[in-house]
Amino acid sequence: MVNTKVTLSGITLDNPVIPASGTFGYGYEFAELYDINILGSFSFKGTTKEPRFGNPTPRIAECPSGMINSVGLQNPGVEKVITEELPKLAKCFHKPVIANISGFSVEEYAYTCEKLDKAPQVGILEVNVSCPNVHHGGMSFGTSPEAAAEITKAVKAVTSKPVYIKLSPNVTDIVSIAKACEDAGADGISLINTLMGMRIDLKTKKPVIANKMGGFSGSAIFPVALRMVYQVAEAVTVPVMGIGGVSSAEDVLEMMLAGATAVQVGAANLVDPFICKKIIEDLPRVMEKYHIKDLNDIIGGAHI
Amino acid sequence: MKQSIFTIQSNEKLTDTVCKMVLAGDVSAITAPGQFVNIKIKGFFLRRPISVCDYDETAQTLTLLYKIVGKGTEALSNMKPPHKLDILTGLGNGYDTALSGEKPLLIGGGVGIPPLYRLAKNLIAGGKQPIVILGFNTKSEIFYAEEFEKLGAEVHIATADGSLGTKGFVTDVLKALTDYTYFYTCGPEPMLKAISDCAVTEGQLSFEERMGCGFGACMGCSCQTKYGSKRICKDGPVLKKEEIIW
Repeated sequence: MVNTKVTLSGITLDNPVIPASGTFGYGYEFAELYDINILGSFSFKGTTKEPRFGNPTPRIAECPSGMINSVGLQNPGVEKVITEELPKLAKCFHKPVIANISGFSVEEYAYTCEKLDKAPQVGILEVNVSCPNVHHGGMSFGTSPEAAAEITKAVKAVTSKPVYIKLSPNVTDIVSIAKACEDAGADGISLINTLMGMRIDLKTKKPVIANKMGGFSGSAIFPVALRMVYQVAEAVTVPVMGIGGVSSAEDVLEMMLAGATAVQVGAANLVDPFICKKIIEDLPRVMEKYHIKDLNDIIGGAHI
Repeated sequence: MKQSIFTIQSNEKLTDTVCKMVLAGDVSAITAPGQFVNIKIKGFFLRRPISVCDYDETAQTLTLLYKIVGKGTEALSNMKPPHKLDILTGLGNGYDTALSGEKPLLIGGGVGIPPLYRLAKNLIAGGKQPIVILGFNTKSEIFYAEEFEKLGAEVHIATADGSLGTKGFVTDVLKALTDYTYFYTCGPEPMLKAISDCAVTEGQLSFEERMGCGFGACMGCSCQTKYGSKRICKDGPVLKKEEIIW
């Protein structure tokens, strides 16, 4: 028997596999397919203070080994998430869930986090300062250490649950931003969000995505994500959730060796809705193959 | 929704760009005409959504008509039996046949035609008398007109260049008809809007959008309707005329 249990800020997960925000809705589409209680947890759809329709379509473009999305934080707003989505989720998911939060001002972030902090189902607040698909918000808070620290402080001041800051890879020095978040009181770091990308349709000679650019995700970005997780894990003492292009149990192990305590699976859910189930079922076999008895033994193991 | 492995039984070209593929596999998740499947093609990250033309619950076969529009569908067109494909089935809402009345119109443009085939079949089996209007650019692009006739449907054809049937668009045929109870349509969006504008009855329209997942998770294909935002893949692809914001 191998041990797949890991602990994030005092919350023990049965395994480190967590569907990433925006690829798993509020859970119940997938609950129709399999018992989602096998998951370590999951990060629900990025939620904002006000309801948002998001960006015009097309919002999706294919890439070799990946995709670009420009959804633009479509969500029903925090009130409806609390009154409608979370009660529905309670029927199919009985573990602490990760609440993913976005905003367009420091006050909005704090407002939404304070509301979701009070929801009993929420175990961790994941503060997204890295959405590339909205103007005047999202990523702009995650591209400077000062702004990321300001958000972190504002959220920490109004919440009691662990706060993880989700960082953008579209920066010069992600390590300095991660450290600024840690210094400002973040309980953990989630990384990476999508890389800014673009496709052009040769038939129309125009961008495929209506909003011109979007966030590039999928297995193509795994090496970039792994490198950044490695760099950040080396620089901070708080736990790291590794995200970016993960689609197999082997990828999970690599992310953990780079320093991730838990690992999020994103775009792969959209291509294979059973991918998280498959990874969880495959994990013990792959651990045995590489002589790993306890996942906790390998976290950060690649650092010399 | 189900994920299952299908085996290609046949894959042939009907025209220069439209192919017909018959596959054997579990079709039990398909519950309505107008639904679609999402096909994993090796070498491509996203699946390819293709509308269901027909399916046979007894023989467990699935018939797809698809147009070669890019590299993914081109790869699909080169596959030979007994190649196996990973397919998500039973996606989307499909057409509601309960609203058809006795003489519904079925209007298809180009590669929007396939889902109307099973719809016509179900309506005829239910004792209705569907009138089918099929629109193409030119005679050489015509497919499946005979198949609709074999079902016992009244079939009208429009070609943009007038090489067969009525010269012009499906709406030119539609405008000359008054004795129908409802309409169902699928095709390019300008065609859908033109039909919605000149049809004298209520109806259902099937939309297309670039999709991420095809099963409601990613919000990639959302649209605004009079009843709030809807996901083309999950709450659609079929929308009712009354709810559409053009």
